[in-house]
Amino acid sequence: MNITVAGVKKEFEDGLTVAKLIELENVETPEYVTVTVNDEFVESGTFAETALKDGDTVEFLYFMGGGQPHGN
Amino acid sequence: MIRLHKEDYEKILAHARKEAPVEACGLIAGRIDGSDKYIEKVYILTNVDHAEEHFTLDPKEQLASVKDMRANGLVPLGNWHSHPVSPSRPSDEDKRLAYDSKASYMILSLMEEEPVLNSFHVENNEATKEELVIE
Repeated sequence: MNITVAGVKKEFEDGLTVAKLIELENVETPEYVTVTVNDEFVESGTFAETALKDGDTVEFLYFMGGGQPHGN
Repeated sequence: MIRLHKEDYEKILAHARKEAPVEACGLIAGRIDGSDKYIEKVYILTNVDHAEEHFTLDPKEQLASVKDMRANGLVPLGNWHSHPVSPSRPSDEDKRLAYDSKASYMILSLMEEEPVLNSFHVENNEATKEELVIE
């Protein structure tokens, strides 16, 4: 099946999950990655159960934030 | 070296001043030529923390920005945020949350009358100032 990952169409075997895709794509620091499938945000605890289907579009977004605690 | 257009600097500065004392934030995109980065577009995003000492980019706006970059042939170069009342250097929290060692992290300080913008490379929790040219 074909999945578009970060704008690039790629072919994968059927039965692919978001967790497996993260592994196959060698996503760095996956614990800080937010995933969207067809523009819908996937709950971070459900990557292993979220199945992908032919034609899906997936984006990986890195959490971006910071802070300035008192006294720093 | 990282290069920023003067009008994009003014855009960041105007937004940061408007948002102060809340931290302002956004993304930068452009092109890479050898070891030089050229910022071609600055994105203003919502700080969903709406806080004076924290920022988190709105994920939905982040997604829209990434798509816009791709549509315009730009690559993500990093992000920027403001420090309304502290210096232009990454806090411990900023460094801890800077996961992408390829990204540039720009910080605009408004603590003095004259604003200060610096760009940093962060790797293994160590921040190194990058040469920034505003032209």
